[in-house]
Amino acid sequence: MTVKELQKKLNLQYICNEGLAEEKEVTGCYCGDLLSWVMSKATDGDAWLTVMGNVTSIGVAVLTEVACIILTENAPADADAIKRAEENDVVILGTEKNAYQVAVEISKLI
Amino acid sequence: MKLHYDFHIHSCLSPCGDSDMTPNNIVNFAKLMGYDAIALTDHNTALNCPAVAKIAEKNGITFIPGMELCTSEEVHIVCLFYTLEDALSFSDYVKSTMPPIKNKPSVFGEQLICDENDNVIGQEETLLVTASGISTERVVKKVQEYNGICYPAHIDRSSFSILSNLGVIDEYFGFKCAEIFDITKEDELKQKHPYLNQLKILSDSDAHYLENMRLPQQTVDVAENTVKAILDYLNC
Repeated sequence: MTVKELQKKLNLQYICNEGLAEEKEVTGCYCGDLLSWVMSKATDGDAWLTVMGNVTSIGVAVLTEVACIILTENAPADADAIKRAEENDVVILGTEKNAYQVAVEISKLI
Repeated sequence: MKLHYDFHIHSCLSPCGDSDMTPNNIVNFAKLMGYDAIALTDHNTALNCPAVAKIAEKNGITFIPGMELCTSEEVHIVCLFYTLEDALSFSDYVKSTMPPIKNKPSVFGEQLICDENDNVIGQEETLLVTASGISTERVVKKVQEYNGICYPAHIDRSSFSILSNLGVIDEYFGFKCAEIFDITKEDELKQKHPYLNQLKILSDSDAHYLENMRLPQQTVDVAENTVKAILDYLNC
């Protein structure tokens, strides 16, 4: 499933790089806010659910090659993070739901 | 005597630190701005401290070797040491506890090690912005083993701070000081976290770019302008 399809089914809001959502494939899901932990555990193709919208999060997304970042519970993305995400083709989405609720929905879809 | 200080400055060795943050630029800028004492606190490393120490000595500015440690809970802690040797030994120890993830300079930025002439003499290959294996509750004791002192960094920030990540600051941790980035938030923070009234409140620039280095505002009142007097004061 593409990030675009996931966005539609879960009614997620685009925060940046909407244009890339169709080409990114979601094959799994990972929940975590401790960036160093995520760095060594998330795998490529994961939809990464987190509340960490800072510039380091973007580095983690690039390093792990996750399909997208989904900021849960309306967690904000810093301006620097959005800029870095745009430069590095990282798709960021947002939702008011918590990580558990989103993960449950994703597990039904993939 | 009252000293203008900035104990939290990053160099080009921090991946998020600008390449203009060379040892000479940092010291000269600090001197120009009228600082009496500065510390270098790169993420999880002290490897640019030897270069800065040499330049600071030539320029008559007091230099404290340090590091901004990332604890296992991703709380940032400013660590300051009496000697370069202690800082470098601690730096080696911290590295041994970090995950062996390689830096990707195109994403995180370069990690440049410099000499006292700002020549790049090496690159740190291990990504420095990861969590060390030192927990926040153990950090004071661990830094003491290396004759250093430490305090939680930018406790007013929404990420990488003791309040954002752990929610509390109390006597349990053993800190004697705390750093507030935006000092106008001091009263509000003290109301919310009364334990802060028992700590010395410091405010540093956390500069990653030369333009982030701010004009001296805060002072510490110490017996004399030496590393020992400053750290003894922060530790009492």
